[in-house]
Amino acid sequence: MKSLEELKAIREKMQSKVNIRKEDGDSIRVVVGMATCGIAAGARPVLNAFVSEVAKRNLGNVQVTQTGCIGVCRLEPIVEVYVPGQEKVTYVKMTPDKVPSIVAEHLVNGQAVTAYTIGAAE
Amino acid sequence: MELVRSHILCCTGTGCSSSNSLAIIEEFERCLKANGLEKEAKIVKTGCHGLCAKGPIVVVYPEGAFYTHVTVEDVEEIVTEHILKGRIVKRLLFNDHPDEAAAQALNETDFFKKQYRIVLRNCGVINPEDIDEYIGVDGYAALGKVLTEMTPQQVIDEIKASGLRGRGGAGFSTGLKWQFAANSVNDVKYVCCNADEGDPGAFMDRSVLEGDPHAVIEAMAIAGYAIGAHQGYIYVRAEYPIAVERLKIAIAQAKEYGLLGKNIFDSGFDFDLEIRLGSGAFVCGEETALMVSIEGKRGEPRNRPPYPAVKGLFGKPTILNNVETLASITWIINHGAEEYAKLGTEKSKGTKVFALGGKINNTGLVEIPMGTTLREVVEEIGGGVPNGKKFKAAQLGGPSGACIPASLIDTEIDYDNLTAIGAMMGSGGLIVVDEDTCMVDIAKFFLQFTVDESCGKCSPCRIGIRRMYEIMEKITGGTGTMEDLELLEELCYHLKNNALCALGQTAPNPVLSTLRFFKDEYIAHVVDKRCPAGVCKNLVSYSIDPDKCKGCTACARVCPAGAITGSVKQPHKIDPAKCIKCGSCIEKCKFGAISKG
Repeated sequence: MKSLEELKAIREKMQSKVNIRKEDGDSIRVVVGMATCGIAAGARPVLNAFVSEVAKRNLGNVQVTQTGCIGVCRLEPIVEVYVPGQEKVTYVKMTPDKVPSIVAEHLVNGQAVTAYTIGAAE
Repeated sequence: MELVRSHILCCTGTGCSSSNSLAIIEEFERCLKANGLEKEAKIVKTGCHGLCAKGPIVVVYPEGAFYTHVTVEDVEEIVTEHILKGRIVKRLLFNDHPDEAAAQALNETDFFKKQYRIVLRNCGVINPEDIDEYIGVDGYAALGKVLTEMTPQQVIDEIKASGLRGRGGAGFSTGLKWQFAANSVNDVKYVCCNADEGDPGAFMDRSVLEGDPHAVIEAMAIAGYAIGAHQGYIYVRAEYPIAVERLKIAIAQAKEYGLLGKNIFDSGFDFDLEIRLGSGAFVCGEETALMVSIEGKRGEPRNRPPYPAVKGLFGKPTILNNVETLASITWIINHGAEEYAKLGTEKSKGTKVFALGGKINNTGLVEIPMGTTLREVVEEIGGGVPNGKKFKAAQLGGPSGACIPASLIDTEIDYDNLTAIGAMMGSGGLIVVDEDTCMVDIAKFFLQFTVDESCGKCSPCRIGIRRMYEIMEKITGGTGTMEDLELLEELCYHLKNNALCALGQTAPNPVLSTLRFFKDEYIAHVVDKRCPAGVCKNLVSYSIDPDKCKGCTACARVCPAGAITGSVKQPHKIDPAKCIKCGSCIEKCKFGAISKG
């Protein structure tokens, strides 16, 4: 390495990986319901889709994590998105192919995909 | 590109390694694989988190779940519950108030709440064996900034403005030290790092080297640029194998990236680094002895001046900084001297790391802003003295340091306040003693250490400390006189004024401070032939209360010297001539019939 640019490139690449260990609360949290009901309904592929989509776009401020049963098992797989300072958005009956549009429109552009939300399903 | 969604941080510092963290890592690898999670969760080996008493420690992100006392058997549960299903294993979480139902955020726990981490900022956060992770937390940015935007004098001015003082013990201004070396005209100069941490009970430097070796390497390169040196040496104890190994890995990685070597960042600046292993001599922590030892000769101190900034290693201008001092440098360059100077007290800026040990609940490593009181360190961060015992004193700075008695527990810790009460900052070992500790005995312990470690070059140290030790043996053996106490004090002053180096000059400190704050204990030993804490064997006798003794024979069976006699269901007796005062009988007696006094 001979230049500051190269150092910066490594830093940017690593930052998104190391940022997961910050406890600062300004990152967007994507929480996938992964109790028995969620897993049975296919939550794992959804989780994996989020992980690879976030990785593809190199979104350093997004954490993908899981949680237990939210209580509406009939609507699983359920994914909740917490953007700091905004109300949480709950997506239901998720599938891996719905993931790219949620990442692009909600996580990147800040527009929730209303068609997939619990409000639309009810 | 794969993104791992969860990081499992396992502490591989010396403390957690010795409590089996390596087996835990293997078990994690096995369980992740068994559950098909090896691509989603990554195991990261980190350095010390500081809470060694609660090790082995595992932290799982992004939740930040801080698991303590993890065993190999717990791993499967963490994987299947937490990593797979996202359910945190609550029973393993760290919590200083177990009675409160809600799990606390880690930063809110008493142990971490009052800490401010500069030196330890990356310990327990990054993998010390991966330079990319260090770069990811702004590593080598300070070196880049210094080499491309600052002149050497600007670097020195920045360090001066930060108010940083040497963390090795004496507390000399780091900026001034660099200035002196920069002012010395010579084509060859050296930067040395003192990692010969020899105080019993101190392990700050080891943890920094194990947890964040690149921070020290980067700072040495910055120091080299500031004073005009192209070669550095890290003098580290051979007793720290993990630290040495990680340093070697880190130096090799930095060289591979061109962050050490020729023409760093195309600036024309060259800097190279080598490790030298110390062979376990305490005196080699003294700067002149350390440099002689790097040269390959017997480690003995010499007279100063000339100071190393003028004539040091191989006769060339040299700066020697302690690990903790160096680990503060990059933070100062990145955040600015002004930010650093906001922390601490008027004349002691920044933070200080202490290794908490002895009679304290949270044995481990803490970093506090200067000016924090001893009470906050012991009672809040340290979690107090175990088993409901009373805090008696804290010994700061090991064999060169002094004790702070309970009456001064509200002292704000900084260089000048400690000097004012006859103590010193020392390197940062903080040993807590409770009411069961004899202060005369502890002073004798440190003297024995300095007797062993005196290099023998100057007679005040070689002979003086030994004479002091002999007097201490007389006192603890029950044959001391009041004249002995006077002689002891006189020897202290002679030694302080006449010894060649800091080892001899500071060796009397434990005696002087215990004489100052615990004179009554010395007098009890000398006049009443009594050891108030019941530690000094010659002054303690054991006896059985015949009214309480039920004649169960438990004590007689456990006594290794056969000193206890008596028949079943009859009160027993101890023969003082045979008793070796081991205390086994007291531990065994269920009726509280045996007492010592």
